[in-house]
Amino acid sequence: MTLLEHVPSEAQVRRSAYRRRQTVYSVLVAASSTAALGTLLVIAVTGAPGWDRVRQSFLDPAIARDALPAVLSGLWLNVRLLVCCAAGALVLGLVIAVLRTLRGPIFFPVRALATGYTYTFRGLPLIIVLYLLTLGVPGLRLQGMPPVLVLGGIALILTYGGYLAEVFRAGIESVHPSQLAAARSLGLTYRQTMRHVVLPQAVRRVAPPLLNDVVALQKDVGLVSLAGPIDAVRAAQIATAQTFNYTPYVVAGVLFVLLAIPLIAVTDWVTLRAARRQSGG
Amino acid sequence: MALLHCRGLRKEFAGHVVLDQLDLTVAEHRVVALIGASGSGKSTLLRCVNLLEELDDGTIELDGEDISDPRVDPDRVRRRIGMVFQAYNLFPHLSVLENITLAPRRVHRRARVEAEAQARELLDRVGLGAKADAYPDRLSGGQQQRVAIVRALANSPRLMLLDEVTSALDPELVGEVLAMIRDLKADGMTMVLATHEMGFAREVADEVCFLDAGRVIESGPPEQVLREPTQPRTQQFLHRIIQAGRL
Ligand SMILES: Nc1ncnc2c1ncn2[C@@H]1O[C@H](COP(=O)(O)OP(=O)(O)OP(=O)(O)O)[C@@H](O)[C@H]1O
Ligand SMILES: [Mg+2]
Repeated sequence: MTLLEHVPSEAQVRRSAYRRRQTVYSVLVAASSTAALGTLLVIAVTGAPGWDRVRQSFLDPAIARDALPAVLSGLWLNVRLLVCCAAGALVLGLVIAVLRTLRGPIFFPVRALATGYTYTFRGLPLIIVLYLLTLGVPGLRLQGMPPVLVLGGIALILTYGGYLAEVFRAGIESVHPSQLAAARSLGLTYRQTMRHVVLPQAVRRVAPPLLNDVVALQKDVGLVSLAGPIDAVRAAQIATAQTFNYTPYVVAGVLFVLLAIPLIAVTDWVTLRAARRQSGG
Repeated sequence: MALLHCRGLRKEFAGHVVLDQLDLTVAEHRVVALIGASGSGKSTLLRCVNLLEELDDGTIELDGEDISDPRVDPDRVRRRIGMVFQAYNLFPHLSVLENITLAPRRVHRRARVEAEAQARELLDRVGLGAKADAYPDRLSGGQQQRVAIVRALANSPRLMLLDEVTSALDPELVGEVLAMIRDLKADGMTMVLATHEMGFAREVADEVCFLDAGRVIESGPPEQVLREPTQPRTQQFLHRIIQAGRL
């Protein structure tokens, strides 16, 4: 026997038709209001008395074209640093957060060190950590000193590791004690409980704030240029000094935003998913 | 010989004495029901037996071994005891199958296929075979609680501790969980269960213990304790229960 197709009632047919009309109407309203606002903005900006001067010094296409290769190669440095530092800081933060949860007298020194670390590096401005590592450490003239770029990366990892450790710790503490009791009652050891029960739930819950910190890190990696390596902003600065035109900065800014869009989109998506899960959907 | 033997248990929380000189003996294949008012210490007793709480005095013997000795590895002890909680406490990030196979795989080092085959068999037996790959939040309360019982059983425990496993359930879901406990009894599982379901205690328990202020003040066969209690406190408690229409 075949199932009978569900035939929508007359009322449902009318409701669907009404909803379709409403959708078309909403799209039309949105499009025309956007067009109106855009036109107004363009008129206001281009009609401003200083517009021509601003356009020359910030939006010069020829200078943008010339500056692009240098800024792009600087941006490549930002990207590589971001990937390495984000990975390093996530691992360091997780390790520190777990160390801080250890109980028992044997772990006292480890716990104290981990706590001291998060206090110190969350309090210390990133610029100072950067200067200490990239200018201070090479001053020791030790054998096999890593290049300044690596030292700068370490400074970023140390600082962001402190922030991320606190985010991870908040996640670990948000897992209800009854979950621990259930895991322990099954005979899982503390380590197994952490690994299989607490951390997976904790990380899921704090994924949005973690990614948020990664977006912030993306903007801070450029600070290594203070120690010499040329990132996108520094490349733009050099180009600006040569031409006395600010267009390279605009180029760098646009590239940064383009780079951030996927990361921010992922963050929003993860946040949305976490919120849906929370509401029990 | 008794499977579980508690003597002179004492537990206090910040000066508040919750268990006081408590004795409890459970022979193998027997079912003991703990009854008593809210706050009388039923959950605390079960948590102490599972070494989730540290004792302030007394000894607990499981299979003749003193498990309250601080030199005993609590993880090893817990592997022989299954515990089920009032609030199910399933792991929300793991599927039903993963919830059940977690301990067999990680604690008992069983191969994945083997653990999953066993889990599926247990699930089929309680009519939850179709839910193996679902996540806990897609299950009804009664289904979640049955999964929690299966999860505890997957460790092949010697003793099951059930803490008010039906109190969080809607009345129409209580039956399916109680049926499962009935089957466990038929299979000869030794159980200690805290419960507010007097009718069920009478049906399934071999012995009922009435807890009051951290002591077992009356115990015996259900017919006797629930019908002809001798202690005034027990009489009062049962009187209130009858008034509330729960016996
Ligand atoms: N971790 C804790 N810290 C402080 N007090 C606690 C703790 N756990 C339990 N208690 C107290 O111990 C007493 C006994 O609690 P317990 O949960 O064992 O009672 P119960 O008999 O299981 O009650 P119910 O029937 O409501 O579940 C209560 O007064 C409770 O407030
Ligand atoms: Mg209780």
